Amino acid sequence: MTVAVSKNRVNRSAAEIGRTPAGPRPLPPLGVTREVPLPDVVTSTLPNGLRVLAANRSSVPMVELRLRVPFADPDPGSAHPAIAELLSETLFTGTATRDRVTIDDELAAVGADLGASVDPERLVVAGSGLAEGLPTILALLADVLTDATHPDHEVARERERLVERIAVARAQPRTIAREALQRVRFGDHPITREMPTAAEVTAVTPAQVRAGHAASLVPRGSILTIVGDVDPAAAIAAVEHALAGWTSDVDARELAAPPYPAAGDLTLVHRPGSVQSQLRLSGPAVAREDPAYAALQLANLVFGGYFSSRWMENIREDKGYTYGAHSGMEFIPGGAVLGVDTDVAGDVTAAALLETRYELGRLTAVPPTDAEIEAARSYAIGSLLISLDNQGGLAGSIAGLAAVGLDLDWLRGHPARLLAVTADEVAEAALRFFAPNGFTGVVVGDADAIGRGIRALGGIA
Amino acid sequence: MLHRTTLANGLRVLLVPDPATPVVGVAVHVDVGFRSEPEGRTGFAHLFEHLMFQGSESLEKLAHFRHVQGSGGIFNGSTHQDYTDYFQVLPAAALERALFLEADRLRAPTLSEDNLHNQIDVVKEEIRLNVLNRPYGGFPWILLPPVLYDTFPNAHNGYGDFTELEQASLDDAAGFFDTYYAPGNAQVTVAGFIDVDETLALVEKHFGDIPARPTPVRPSFAEPLPGAERRQVVPDAHAPLPALAVGYRLPDPAGDLDGYLAHVLLASVLGDGEAARLQRRLVHGDGLVTDISAAAGLMGSLDARDPDTFTITAVHPGAVDPDRVLDAVDEELDKLTAQGPTAEELAGQVARWSAGAHQENDRVMYRMLGLGARELLYGCAEITDELPGRLAAVTSGQVQAAAASIRGSGRGVLLVEPAPQEENA
Repeated sequence: MTVAVSKNRVNRSAAEIGRTPAGPRPLPPLGVTREVPLPDVVTSTLPNGLRVLAANRSSVPMVELRLRVPFADPDPGSAHPAIAELLSETLFTGTATRDRVTIDDELAAVGADLGASVDPERLVVAGSGLAEGLPTILALLADVLTDATHPDHEVARERERLVERIAVARAQPRTIAREALQRVRFGDHPITREMPTAAEVTAVTPAQVRAGHAASLVPRGSILTIVGDVDPAAAIAAVEHALAGWTSDVDARELAAPPYPAAGDLTLVHRPGSVQSQLRLSGPAVAREDPAYAALQLANLVFGGYFSSRWMENIREDKGYTYGAHSGMEFIPGGAVLGVDTDVAGDVTAAALLETRYELGRLTAVPPTDAEIEAARSYAIGSLLISLDNQGGLAGSIAGLAAVGLDLDWLRGHPARLLAVTADEVAEAALRFFAPNGFTGVVVGDADAIGRGIRALGGIA
Repeated sequence: MLHRTTLANGLRVLLVPDPATPVVGVAVHVDVGFRSEPEGRTGFAHLFEHLMFQGSESLEKLAHFRHVQGSGGIFNGSTHQDYTDYFQVLPAAALERALFLEADRLRAPTLSEDNLHNQIDVVKEEIRLNVLNRPYGGFPWILLPPVLYDTFPNAHNGYGDFTELEQASLDDAAGFFDTYYAPGNAQVTVAGFIDVDETLALVEKHFGDIPARPTPVRPSFAEPLPGAERRQVVPDAHAPLPALAVGYRLPDPAGDLDGYLAHVLLASVLGDGEAARLQRRLVHGDGLVTDISAAAGLMGSLDARDPDTFTITAVHPGAVDPDRVLDAVDEELDKLTAQGPTAEELAGQVARWSAGAHQENDRVMYRMLGLGARELLYGCAEITDELPGRLAAVTSGQVQAAAASIRGSGRGVLLVEPAPQEENA
């Protein structure tokens, strides 16, 4: 640093920079919170069984679409997960009247993007486009749902690409940790089959993809959410018009609830040469409709659910063990699980695990203070407001709630539920969900480097 | 509607009212990025960004995070080639508090040894997470510039070398702050549910008494165009498949915005969507690559001053010779050089850019950051709102000329090769 700012010295010292003649100043108070009402959601169930939800949010001349089709394996252990991946990858690659390029050209003409993705629970088609293009988007959606051909050459090419992409994904430490954690939490339950093996993908035939489409990509039980600069009733009428021909005798298949994870020792997964370790702890939680959810949400924020949490302030801002530490609820069929995730330098893995267990125990033994609870409450309410302040966020929230049988009334009532939670209820949630002996999980890292240190702490399988 | 003013101390102010939203955003953009950090201190601009969250005269360590989140808000910061941004998005009730928090650290940040060493550790974990412990870490933003550029500002690793991060001192931090964080070298952007006059008064109240300091003379980072192809092979112990990146130079957006935008559309015509040229040819036609993409701007379009980089990146199977990939890319560029894209091709890409602009406008955070960065870099936040119209005016001939320009110039080619596991723990 040699840029001179005066003739006498190069710059002020750090101490001089940190002081002003006026001294420290008081924090300004908050103003009045502004409420913005959430829109009414118009709902309709089509004769084919599809539920349609539509809401107006005309902030920009766009429209958001989310189609959720429950997509569980009809015969757990079957080839379904690999077939589902290829079905999703080839959904937009051909119909009787359009090929891959035509479909994309027509979407692009109305500024639209649509894409499909699938997991053990559901297949989702999500996208957006200029609001004036909604009829075009719906016509294309109808065409692929009712008339996708999954052409042989497209299935063959996507099969190759999927094998390559899976190889890349499985080289990621976060994927290695996720797959190990799912096994530890849920055993052989189909919820664990998030990514097929290369051999499973290679074995899938185009005929299986087409049969899977006919059998599983069906309207009854599915939900289409439309949010944007549209008239909800007109949007629903447009959906009825476009998707009337999408029919099936069978219902879309919901994934059975997995067993809740049992507490147990952490599994050490060896990843040679790792310079960082992934800590992934997990235990049972409750979902949004549970009376204890709001208290759990606040207890979680205080523990590790946001930056100003005990765990983050300890292992990042005090110890420097990690770039990020986060805990939170993951919704699963029938409920929710709690996840406690961080990536730490290899040489501090044991120390970070020790501090993690300490903070879990401290949350139960030294429950959140009033100040901690008030900060968490403000954050929960404010960040909810921010997350809903755009079409995509609103569409995602409506779709996510609808998937578990809730609607926007749940969101409208949630700030009041958060405000009503008492310190005793937060302490109870801490005891119930954060006790260190209630968790299971995995540690991924170079076992030769970290194994001895973490085993010394106990609780490692 | 945009409102701008400059305070007596030189701080620029951009106000962007939006009566329809219940939230407000405050951003401070500082005119220094990793291109300006000195030799021997790679990664310092980013490390310094971390230090700015560590407290200030009125706020002890951790207080900044706690006040933002305890007011219901979210925060972050990021370090780019030519600027560093700090921002918060909160319920509108917290506007004055957000201005106070930003002003306090721009006036008098607490730079301490403890915080410096703590944040060096945190930044090293960030680099292990995003670069060292994963496949394709730093691809292409760290790995490609040293192939294409010769000078330290343009070529070096903006995340930083561990040994240089460890040598960073408190006096380095003090010098960096005094030089680059002068109010005349910064800009405040406030967007969302605000009253313009009231907000201006609050900005003056909180930032107005930061004493003016000399602002640094911004150096030119210009360097000659590469005359030929340069190649470099980099091993990656975690990568299961090879990858490659090709870097070309972009026109200066400050001097030739339409030429720059022609390159933006060229990237879209090549890479965006299933109908794009490189997707059709290399992914589906020849089956040479797993995935391929093209982009104008190393860290995003209109996100840096000159020089910046046009990139084409691909992951491909080990059985495919990278020269086959490069040859196919060159052939597609030759086709566009001979005949520009069709009207329909361009119209579709422009429609998608327009839709993307609407989505950016729909979120206070994105709108604020986009306007703020373009105001700081080019003195013209309006580019953001004019972009769909200006892109629509770009002709096929201009995209053709962009293709000819990169096809006829030198380039940097980075080849990432899977390598045996190394003992690097």
